[in-house]
Amino acid sequence: MSDTKNTQLENVLTTYQSELFEGWMSDLLGRVSRRDKHAEAQLRQQATQFLPLLADTLKKSTSLSIDGATWEEIRHLLSDISQNRARQGYSSIETANFVFSLKTPLFNYLRVALADNPTQLSEEVASTSTLFDNLGLFTIEMFQKTRELIIQRQQQELLELSTPVVQLWKNILALPLIGTLDSARTQVVMENLLQKIVDTGALIAIIDITGVPTVDTLVAQHLLKTIAAARLMGADCIISGIRPQIAQTIVHLGVNLEDVITKATLADAFVIALQRTGSNVNQIENER
Amino acid sequence: MERIPILRMGRLLLVTIQVDMHDRLAMTLQDDLTNRIVSDRATGVLIDISALDIVDSFIGRMISNTAAMAKILDARTVLVGMQPAVAITLVELGLTLEGVSTALNVELGIKLLQQGNR
Repeated sequence: MSDTKNTQLENVLTTYQSELFEGWMSDLLGRVSRRDKHAEAQLRQQATQFLPLLADTLKKSTSLSIDGATWEEIRHLLSDISQNRARQGYSSIETANFVFSLKTPLFNYLRVALADNPTQLSEEVASTSTLFDNLGLFTIEMFQKTRELIIQRQQQELLELSTPVVQLWKNILALPLIGTLDSARTQVVMENLLQKIVDTGALIAIIDITGVPTVDTLVAQHLLKTIAAARLMGADCIISGIRPQIAQTIVHLGVNLEDVITKATLADAFVIALQRTGSNVNQIENER
Repeated sequence: MERIPILRMGRLLLVTIQVDMHDRLAMTLQDDLTNRIVSDRATGVLIDISALDIVDSFIGRMISNTAAMAKILDARTVLVGMQPAVAITLVELGLTLEGVSTALNVELGIKLLQQGNR
């Protein structure tokens, strides 16, 4: 890129800044689906930041490659805008349009400024177009990254939320499972359960699968693994909350639950657990 | 020579494994333990592995074998104090130590053996 070419784009940006801004804004507002006051104000504010910064950067920069150090501020601003929009639930197209919609007004004024020099105009348009494409792609990339971060965080939260281990009674733990059991969750469930067994010295753990929508061979295998691990630690497991359909599925699949105590409801499992944990049980049942 | 101590508690024997196991040590332990079961007329054996952070398939098999030997000599074996991480590893390895009783700690292990004898 020679300096003269840059100068034209720069000149246009500086000379027609307010006109450009208005043209850009009307284009932007036409495309954005949210038409509330707050969004509009925010858009204006972001645009007012972006335009002078772009003109400034072009003045300082010798190349149109946005990876350079002089483009640092622009990149920073755009990534801020992208992150903001990702959190507010804008779509990726809406986010990228922030940059792309500046193209049309900019081309219009470039045409005015270079009306008598068609060759330079076409070159100028091509280089400007590339620049804005790169800026737009950068915006989309930042948007995507932010979304991925959000998804990751939510997955982590879900993992933590969904595996509580509760103590029902002295020596009795309950593990109400909700949602599908995959390998990652089984690992977390297992670790939580075993740690809790160590902490409380529990003898019996009731695994309640009322909240597990489907039990296939994989889920069953994960359950059996958890039970085996608890047994190695010296705690027995009872599976409760088996719905009729799930009982049917388990038998059809040929999953062997022979060695495991199974109960239809958590209440039944609790009674068995109480009986198994010794003399306390009689006392409690007399009190009832 | 390196040896794992075997402690006598009434008619129970307590073995606490605190060092890394290797072939020779395992053989010596099995030797000692079977001898002690006979000479002390023990009815139960407690193997405490609470100090072990790593249990590989070798130690797992060694424990299974020891339990089987003790059973032939009419003594029940209870494995006590397994760490959660160890339990998960063993399950992932497919070693569920069938035929070996387990308990959370020595106290519960003794209770388990005494219940069995009643």
